[in-house]
Amino acid sequence: MMPINNPRLFSGALLAGALALSTAHAYTLEEFTFEDPARTDEFRTLIGELRCLVCQNESLAGSQAGVAQDLRKEVYRMMREGQSRQEVVDFLVARYGDFVLYEPPIKPSTYILWFGPFILVGVGGFLLFRTLQRKKAEPEEDLSEADRVRLQQLLAKTGDHQD
Amino acid sequence: MNNSASRALIPLGIFLVLAALLFYGLRLDPRKVPSPLVDKPAPSFTLQSLKDPGQTLTKDILLGKVSLVNVWASWCPSCRQEHGELMRIARENDVQVIGFNWKDTRPEALQMLRQYGDPYSTTLFDPDNQAGIDWGVYGAPETFVVDGEGIIRHKRIGPIDRAVWESEILPVVEQYRAK
Repeated sequence: MMPINNPRLFSGALLAGALALSTAHAYTLEEFTFEDPARTDEFRTLIGELRCLVCQNESLAGSQAGVAQDLRKEVYRMMREGQSRQEVVDFLVARYGDFVLYEPPIKPSTYILWFGPFILVGVGGFLLFRTLQRKKAEPEEDLSEADRVRLQQLLAKTGDHQD
Repeated sequence: MNNSASRALIPLGIFLVLAALLFYGLRLDPRKVPSPLVDKPAPSFTLQSLKDPGQTLTKDILLGKVSLVNVWASWCPSCRQEHGELMRIARENDVQVIGFNWKDTRPEALQMLRQYGDPYSTTLFDPDNQAGIDWGVYGAPETFVVDGEGIIRHKRIGPIDRAVWESEILPVVEQYRAK
């Protein structure tokens, strides 16, 4: 066993390794072409919409990870065989789950994700509306007749009172 | 007065609930993606044996016994980290530990088994991620618990240590061994 007991050293080594790899293996999508340019576009759009599970902030199109490369090849192979976009997506979801999709499907477990923001805006709007309504209904001031007279006198005394 | 005091507590309550949710979220590991394969039949495969290139292995090796299918590679540091625990599990438990050598080369894989020991009763060799894609493998180590009927019952992402074995994997193994 050779445990790595210096996490800093380890992550430094990882970073160095990743940098070395990314310069050594810069890749292009040129190898993935179809006779029909529309199909090539479809392919590029599709892999841009699929998430790489290793580097989760990258799409399959952008990731250098080994698994992403394998999956790009697999998607390419399936599309060369004439399979539709939906068939490819179903294939990947069956194996990796909805997580491969940047845009999760609308189903009961994702309702809160899709509709939650609208519900929040609705509730907020309702509360705002109600608060404004109540403000309007309330009288501006609540002075007794004696106070009102006194107020008039005070204002007259200061001389600022214009009328 | 009482009414407005309790009303003033509402934002505080909302804040506390949100804070609790976010705090819980911090403790989740986004790398652990639930597998859609749990409780489904293990995907079939036809792979060479790592140790004997002439031998072809299929899903049949999983039938009849609870198995741990451990995805590993010689290039994977966490695999080395869990290797000792796999050796112990294979030695002390009535469970079939099957290796799933993934995106590796045969010489390097065999070298690692020579150096650190071999916990696997059989090792599948999948250098090109052929079966790996069907199994939804996206990293190593990953470990599947497969019951005697060939149905995946659990997937562990990341290395196994004693605590993980006892709290997470052994209960599943025992549950399906009883059947």
